[in-house]
Amino acid sequence: MSVWDFIITNAPALAIAVPLLGAFLTPLIYRAGRKTALIWVLSVLGFTEFLALLLVYLVNTYGIQVYVFGGNPSTLAIPPDSGGIPIRIIFTVDGMSAFTALISSTIGLVAGIYSVASEKGRGAQDKFFALLLLLVVGMMGMALTGDLFNFFVFLEINSLSAAALVSYRIHGGKAVEAAFKYAVVSSIGALMILFAIAILYGEYDALNMAMIAERMYQTGFSAMDMIAMALIVVTLAMKCGAVPMHYWVPDGYGEAPGEISAMIMVASQASLYGLFRMCFTVFGLSANTHSLGWFLIILGLLSMFIGVTMAFLQHDIKRLMAYHSVSQTGYMLLGVGVGLATLGTSAFNQYGLFAMEGGIFHILNNMLYKGLLFLTAGAIIYRVGTSDLNKMGGLAHTMKFTAIFYLIGALAIAGIPPFNGFVSKLMIYESVYQLNPFLAVVAAIVSMLTLASFLKVFHSAFMGPKLYNVKEVPKSMLIAMGILSFFIVLFGIFPNIAMTYLVAPAAHALADPVGYITRVLGGGA
Amino acid sequence: MIFNAPFISVMILIIFGLYAMVFRRNLIKVVIGLDIVESAVNLFIVSLGYVKNGIAPIYTNSPGGAMVLPTPQALTLTSIVIGVATSAMLLSFCILIYRYYGTLDTRKVRRLRE
Repeated sequence: MSVWDFIITNAPALAIAVPLLGAFLTPLIYRAGRKTALIWVLSVLGFTEFLALLLVYLVNTYGIQVYVFGGNPSTLAIPPDSGGIPIRIIFTVDGMSAFTALISSTIGLVAGIYSVASEKGRGAQDKFFALLLLLVVGMMGMALTGDLFNFFVFLEINSLSAAALVSYRIHGGKAVEAAFKYAVVSSIGALMILFAIAILYGEYDALNMAMIAERMYQTGFSAMDMIAMALIVVTLAMKCGAVPMHYWVPDGYGEAPGEISAMIMVASQASLYGLFRMCFTVFGLSANTHSLGWFLIILGLLSMFIGVTMAFLQHDIKRLMAYHSVSQTGYMLLGVGVGLATLGTSAFNQYGLFAMEGGIFHILNNMLYKGLLFLTAGAIIYRVGTSDLNKMGGLAHTMKFTAIFYLIGALAIAGIPPFNGFVSKLMIYESVYQLNPFLAVVAAIVSMLTLASFLKVFHSAFMGPKLYNVKEVPKSMLIAMGILSFFIVLFGIFPNIAMTYLVAPAAHALADPVGYITRVLGGGA
Repeated sequence: MIFNAPFISVMILIIFGLYAMVFRRNLIKVVIGLDIVESAVNLFIVSLGYVKNGIAPIYTNSPGGAMVLPTPQALTLTSIVIGVATSAMLLSFCILIYRYYGTLDTRKVRRLRE
């Protein structure tokens, strides 16, 4: 068996194993010098990105990929002597998983490139890069796993490494305070999820998502399932920063270094993935998806509106952007919520699927432009040394590239063509309008308010007389921002590339829980 | 009724832990509250797998008869390890907060709001 075959057969496992081993080797390799360690970290991140792309390719070509740990062959989900139960830990990669894995590894790679320069000269960088890789592991694991307990473990890896990274720049204790808050909130949330998993395990005697969904469908939706579903849905909504559980978001995003804010933003979208996976695949067949969908829609509306109005009050650039990510999460919840509310009815094919595609496309777009905006905020703080908008001004005189990148990100988030935000927002408006016109009205108003807020930031940070005699940021930071800007423009002009290969397979995979379950429980390939 | 005793104590422990997390003013006590909730969840998982008069699920020299379910024990073990990592990290945050703020009182640890 050649190396290439080995990689293709074991791609889902390698996508976790490579960054995980890479993370623990980083402190060791750092002893050989910073440069060696950086080459190591970036090549590990690059290889993870390659594996995620490979997974997207495999899923698009051959359908859902099932990887069984310890199975022989590794696609044998149900061994003949197990009595029809998937007893091993199984990774199930469908379109949505591959999509989330791809955005997670991409933001990891971009943040890695960015932190080459932005963290230069700080202490404990070996641990910083190890934690950065672990955060990638957490996100990828949540996306790829098909096992509930495994999901909990990766959620905890995600939360712990994110909390440690938030506190990385101690900032007079403020960053540690934010990290404490974040860690307590995510740990209690993860424990509630574990409690719900235990309820489901006690009831259905299985931890595999497909098996639980199948048995729940056979026995009907019980009161205990209701409790488990409520615990899981509320906790994951909190982890993705939806109003009214958004209180940790501004502190956590605001105090983290710029590239880490971008990564935590994607980490909360991994929780959003978890939310969608639970709603559609695990509970989708048995629960009342109509009311569950409306629950997501209402969360989405609240997040959009409260997020953007709170953002107006902020004078700290990072906190302002953090409130905007609450607001952007609302769009995704709205789009996918409309899909969930109409699941199984004729309306689903009329506009529900289109709304889901819009919501999922928005996840990709938000990763690109929100990541870019957090990186530009990090670049400003790197040069100016303050995050207070009232103390900034005139930065466009010297930081020309950062100003251009900021403008691209700001116009994209406001949904101005030819940038990518326009496409996904238009898709959401067009489809949610048919469920209830009010939804589209709120979404459009929030979009205008977003534009106003970001123009205010542009004006106070970049325009005006020259206040600071600063240079442009170092090359590696510019490269990282340039990569994201390139894709923003690319997906804005040619949205079909992303639609065909990433978004449509993800939406179709989520909307088809039966296909997911039969692929896992139908035995080996 | 008596067989529900573990589940009742799980609920009581969770309520105690949440009470400590919400109403106690010392950050260390918040961490303790979190640990109590974690122990409650672990107790819940272990009691799910209990079989009456069962023996430990170890195959060597097994005397026969019913065995306790091993999967919940494996899950609990993992959960305990994760809990240790969480507590260690939270307590080290407490140390850093005390070093910079000189207090662990939740009413005074709120510089982010300023």
